[in-house]
Amino acid sequence: MVQATAVLPRRVEGKPGQIFPVTVVVVAILAIWYVGAFFLNAQLARDAFARQKVEPTISQLAEATFSMERPLLPAPHQVATELWKSTTGYAINSKRSLVYHGWVTLSATLAGFVIGTLLGLLLAIGIVHVSSLDKSLMPWVVASQTIPIVAIAPMIVVVGYNLMNGQLGLSTDTSRFLAKAMISTYLSFFPVTVGMVKGLRAPDPMHLDLMRTYSATSWQAFWKLRFPASLPYLFTSMQIAIAISLVGAIVGELPTGASAGLGARLLAGSYYGQTVQIWAALLAASILAAVLVAIVGLANRIVLKRMGMAR
Amino acid sequence: MSSRGHLQPWLAFLGLFAAVALPLDAADPARLLSREGAAGWSIILLLALATYAAVKAERSAVTAILLAVAAHAGAWYALEILPSVAGHTGPGFWALLFTSWLLAWRLVSQLAAIKPRGGLGGFLLKLVVPLIFGIWVLIFWEVIVVAFQVPRVLIPPPSAVWAKLTSSIPILAADFRQTFLKAVIAGYAIGCGAGFLVAILVDRIPFLQRGLLPVGNLVSALPIIGIAPIMVMWFGFDWPSKAAVVVVATFFPMLVNTVTGLAASQPMQRDLMRTYAASYWQSLFKLRLPEALPFIFNALKINSTLALIAAIVAEFFGTPIVGMGFRISTEVGRMNIDMVWAEIAVAALAGSVFYGVIALIERASTFWHPSFRT
Repeated sequence: MVQATAVLPRRVEGKPGQIFPVTVVVVAILAIWYVGAFFLNAQLARDAFARQKVEPTISQLAEATFSMERPLLPAPHQVATELWKSTTGYAINSKRSLVYHGWVTLSATLAGFVIGTLLGLLLAIGIVHVSSLDKSLMPWVVASQTIPIVAIAPMIVVVGYNLMNGQLGLSTDTSRFLAKAMISTYLSFFPVTVGMVKGLRAPDPMHLDLMRTYSATSWQAFWKLRFPASLPYLFTSMQIAIAISLVGAIVGELPTGASAGLGARLLAGSYYGQTVQIWAALLAASILAAVLVAIVGLANRIVLKRMGMAR
Repeated sequence: MSSRGHLQPWLAFLGLFAAVALPLDAADPARLLSREGAAGWSIILLLALATYAAVKAERSAVTAILLAVAAHAGAWYALEILPSVAGHTGPGFWALLFTSWLLAWRLVSQLAAIKPRGGLGGFLLKLVVPLIFGIWVLIFWEVIVVAFQVPRVLIPPPSAVWAKLTSSIPILAADFRQTFLKAVIAGYAIGCGAGFLVAILVDRIPFLQRGLLPVGNLVSALPIIGIAPIMVMWFGFDWPSKAAVVVVATFFPMLVNTVTGLAASQPMQRDLMRTYAASYWQSLFKLRLPEALPFIFNALKINSTLALIAAIVAEFFGTPIVGMGFRISTEVGRMNIDMVWAEIAVAALAGSVFYGVIALIERASTFWHPSFRT
């Protein structure tokens, strides 16, 4: 290690380069994936060859394991092809299009995220300003996250449906949307509350004292000191919250008999053994999560830069 | 703050007046609290005394005890007469509940204002305040569901959940064993252990740190629960597939947190270790791992709830006919919502206890950390 750093040109400014190591790691993951696909699918492929009474060569076997209809582990290019086909191959409002399913999930995610963030903010403001709320509510905010929310998901669907037309029955698209948004809200309010309680208490006591010598009201102290000081915490919390609300929306699609959404795609793929479809839906969800987190991160950088707080 | 604090007893005074003067039962206007006999009169007396004490004596132990007794006696009595007035609750009933709640709130704000002196008293205080909050959530839940006769399939009252919970302990225990004792514990141990070991490896090899960490960060933001169908396909329907999901779900938080924690020691401290001619392993075990402990425990705490959630969700993708996730999805289909809530209660309790145990171990092993110093 010591020798390597001595030979390689060192970057003096900024962080050490990440592009090269990340590329190497990604290539390594893909290589492991291909090897894994070969070994996991080899038995299935051999069985297929045995039925045709053909003795396969290694290259034939490899080719077969990488192009199976229902492999145990699809090869990366199969997943990529499926992803490309199901996002661009069909009309956007087609039930076979991943864009359609992605939008169903994304809309619930965003609704849940916005409500959850607002709720989390309100709770944090209450907890910071009212000491009896701090003592009595805060432990329950923490305890609330030990409840496996997905357990409540099916009930939330029934409740959401019944709130809207006051009778029991099968759930509709709107009630499913509400249910998913509620689950996302429930999951995403927590990081915002916890982060913001910390953030709103982040200002230096000296600064708070200074506000008091200016005889600022607690409202003024909030807008001019506490809230600006808490913004970095808010954005960090929001990054966690948006990723977790996507999980909530996907999970909300599992037990509720939903027919649309990335979670429903996963479940359908699992029922019919469509491995490639599962992996494509999973990859789509991953890309969606990465993009959402990146957008919040970008907003973070822009806002902090405008406020002169960028690090 | 204080002006709001003064408002509660006066509101409670008005509420008490309404509770005494107005009928408990909208269908039977002659039914008053004072006509309920000895129980009614003792409730009125208690509430009046507590209200008077809250107005008169600001903070004293006697006031606190009076408030606690009166508020919960009032709530108990409201719950006692609830079945007889369900569907036609009168204004007197709501006034009684409202008054009791105001007194409980008053009690909480009084207790919250006490500065705990540490020790057993401080611990009890920390426990009692949220407990009162929780009790009142349950009371309101019960009253609203029963008083407005909300259908049981929508949301059952806590009493029905409790009845179901106590009457179906064998089923719940079997589900608990399958999901928690087998899948969660095994997956949690393997996932956290592997994350920890890989983190030390990553820390040893800076190249991996630069390459693997961005990928790890990305993966930890992904909906890992989605891999459940794949794991079911690979490891079968029984608990190993759920444990595998838990392993993957807990691995990345542990990896990222441990690597961050290993970088947490001060350069000065590391230099000091170097001047002592400490080897890599010595400085790892004597300096950097202890410094990383708060981060590691953070991951362990996050993972404790994450693991339970992952295991339950994974059961939606296929399971033998036992397990918490299985029970929840089938009982919802059969509209046995009280059984579902019983299962949720078990899961919540298990999750909280798991979290609590980790927090206690953390407390014992990182007692030196600034966040625990008082």
